Amino acid sequence: MLEPELVIEAGRTERQYWRDLWRYRELFYFLAWRDILVRYKQAAIGIAWAVLRPLMMMVVFTLVSRRLKLPEGGVAYPVLICAAILPWQFFASAVTEAGNSLVENANLLTKVYFPRVIVPGSAVIVSLVDFLISTVLLAGVMAWFHVWPTWRIVALPLFLALAFAAAAGLGLWFAALNAKYRDFRYALPFLIQLGLYASPVLYLSSLTPENWRLFYAINPMVGVIDGFRWSVGAVDFHWPTFLVSCASAALLLFSGVQNFRRMERGLADLL
Amino acid sequence: MSGPVIQVEGLSKRYWLDQRPRERYVALRDVLAGAAKGFLRRLSGRGGSTTRDEFWALRDLSFEIPRGEAVAVVGRNGAGKSTLLKILSRIVEPTAGRALIRGRVASLLEVGTGFHPELTGRENIFLNGAILGMRRAEIRRKFDDIVAFAEVERFLDTPVKRYSSGMYVRLAFAVAAFLEPEILVVDEVLAVGDATFQKKCLGKMGEVTAAEGRTVLFVSHNMSAVTQLCRKAIWLKGGKLQAVGDAATIVRDYLAHDAEQVAERTWDWPADGPRRAPGDDRVRLLAGRVFQDAELSGVIDINRPMEIEVEFQVLRPVRDLIAGCTFTNSLGTCLFNRCDWKPNQLGPGRYRKRLQIPAQVFAEDRVSVLIQLVFYDPDVGSVLQPDILHFETVDSDAESPVRGHFKGVWPGVLRLGLPWADAERIPDPAAPLRANL
Repeated sequence: MLEPELVIEAGRTERQYWRDLWRYRELFYFLAWRDILVRYKQAAIGIAWAVLRPLMMMVVFTLVSRRLKLPEGGVAYPVLICAAILPWQFFASAVTEAGNSLVENANLLTKVYFPRVIVPGSAVIVSLVDFLISTVLLAGVMAWFHVWPTWRIVALPLFLALAFAAAAGLGLWFAALNAKYRDFRYALPFLIQLGLYASPVLYLSSLTPENWRLFYAINPMVGVIDGFRWSVGAVDFHWPTFLVSCASAALLLFSGVQNFRRMERGLADLL
Repeated sequence: MSGPVIQVEGLSKRYWLDQRPRERYVALRDVLAGAAKGFLRRLSGRGGSTTRDEFWALRDLSFEIPRGEAVAVVGRNGAGKSTLLKILSRIVEPTAGRALIRGRVASLLEVGTGFHPELTGRENIFLNGAILGMRRAEIRRKFDDIVAFAEVERFLDTPVKRYSSGMYVRLAFAVAAFLEPEILVVDEVLAVGDATFQKKCLGKMGEVTAAEGRTVLFVSHNMSAVTQLCRKAIWLKGGKLQAVGDAATIVRDYLAHDAEQVAERTWDWPADGPRRAPGDDRVRLLAGRVFQDAELSGVIDINRPMEIEVEFQVLRPVRDLIAGCTFTNSLGTCLFNRCDWKPNQLGPGRYRKRLQIPAQVFAEDRVSVLIQLVFYDPDVGSVLQPDILHFETVDSDAESPVRGHFKGVWPGVLRLGLPWADAERIPDPAAPLRANL
C-alpha cells in the first residue's frame, strides 16, 4: 500500500502545497456552491438580484451621462454603460468578497486544514456566477437597442479571464491584508469606490490624454472594460493599453499569490 | 509496511505575547502610528525597542506513534495539547522541529466545522465532507451509512438551524466518522451529545482502531473515555513531554499529580493600567474561591460543608444583581445551579458573596464551577465565567457517609444525605388471622 508521506516542518509546506490544491479541487466548487445556495435561499427575489443590481446602476449612469453630454462612440449609451458595468461589478464584488473571505471563514480556517487559497478563490467564483447570470442583462440591452453581436463577441471570455486574474490577484492581496490588519475592511469599500472612478465605467478610456493612456492602463480594468466594449462593437481596439493591462493583471496575480502564500503559514495564529 | 505512522522530533511552537493583550487584533492604524512614532524616536535619537514576551506552547517534543494504536493526549488546559493537534493537522506551522506523518490525516478539532445553518442536512453532509477532504464520489458512496449512523433520515431536507443540538452533533460526528483516514485526530468532541450517542462514538472509534488498523490521536479531559478507548497515552505538561506509556498508568499519575485544581481565581483591578476583570461597565468579577473549614481548598471532603466565595466590583449603582453558581461534573453533566434572587440595591464599591453548600451534596468527582453575575433583563448578561474553579471531591471516613459501609462504586452524580425517617409500626389488618395459624 502506497501511503503519502508528509513532513511537517517550519517553512516546509511549500512543496506539498500545489499537490494539495489539486487534491482539494472539489472544495473550490463546494465552497462556491455553499455561498451561492445560501445567498439565493436568503434573498427574497433570489437570482433576479444578480441582474437587478447592474440594471439599476445602468439606469442611473445613463441618466447622469446624458446630462453630462458624454460622447457616445457610435453605439447607444446604455449598451456602452452595460458593457462596462458588468465586468466592473464582477471585479468589485469579487475583490470585496475575496477580501473579506478569510475573516468570515475564520472558524473554518482555525479548525481544519486545506490550502487556504481556496477560500478567496471560491469567493471569486461566486462573483463569476453572478456575472454569468447578469450577462442576460447585456443581451437584453443589446437586443433592445438593435446592437447585434459580430464575431468579436467570441473574444469576450478572454477579457473575462483578464478580469478574473486581476480580481483574484487583488482579492488575494486584500484577503491577506484584511486577516493581518483588522481595520483594513473599513478601507476596502472606499478603495473599491475609488476604483470605479479610476476605471472607464462612466466614460470612455479614449477620453484620457494620449500620453497618459498607457499609464492609465496600469489599472487592469481599463483593458477589461475596453475589451468588453470592443466585443460588443462599441469602440476600436487599442493594443498598447490592452497589453499594459494584461501585464499589470499578471503582475497583480503573481504578487497576490506570493504574498498570500507568505501570510498563509501564520494565518491560523492571526485569526 | 510497519513502523511508526507519526514520528515527532523536537517539535516546538512559540507564540509571541503582545505587550498589549487587550487588543486582540493588529490594526493597520496602530502599525502606521507605531511606525511614525518609531521614526520620530529614531530622529530624536531616543532608541528603545518594544519588547515582546515569548511563550512556548510546545517545547522540544519527541515521540512516536505506531500503526493501529489509539493514543490519548492528556494534560491541563494550556499544556499544549491543542497546539500539538493543530500542528499535526497542519493548521499551524511549528517554529522548530519536524513531524513525519505516513497516511492521510483527518482532524476533528470541533464537531460540525463548516456546517452552515441555512443549508439542509443533505447539503451539509456534502459540504462538511468536502471540507474534511472527501471526494464527491466518496461522500455519495457513504451517504446512506452516514445518515443511518446519525439517525436523521427524516430531517435530511430540513435546514440544520432547525435541528436539535443532539441531532446536529450526531450528523457532524457521523460525517467525520466515515472519513476513513489512516490517522484520525480528535479533540474533545465527545464532550457533546447525549450519553447513548457518546457510547456509539466511542464504539465507532474503537472499531476503527481495532478492526481497520487506523491510528487515533485523542485529546480529552474525560479520563474514563481515555482509558476506555486508548491503550497508550502521552502526558504533556507546560508544553513538554512528561511521560509516555500505558494509558491506565498515565491517567492515574496525571490525576494524582497534575489534575487541575483551581481553588482560587482572581483578576486585578488596579487603579490604573489594564483592567482585565470580566464584566461590563456595571459590574466586574474580581475573584472566585472554594473554601472548606475557612481555608482555600482544591480538595473537598464531601461529608463536610463548603463555601463558594464570589468577589466583585460594582462600578455604578445597580439593582437586583443576581449572583449564581453552576456546578458541572467531569463528564460535563450539569449538577445544579443556585442563584440568589433576593432583590438588592448596590452602590459602587467592592462586595463579597458566599454560597453555602451543606455536607453530603457532591459525589466523588471533579467539579467545575461557573460563576455568573447577571440582571433580570436577558439582554444584559454581565458576567458568565464558565469553569473558573475546579475542585476534587473525596469521600472521607465520616460518621455516617451516604454510602454507609459499602466501599465499592456508588451510583449517582450527586450524593445527597437526604434523611430517612425511622421505621414506624403500622397496623396490619391480617395480623390476628396469621397469629391463629
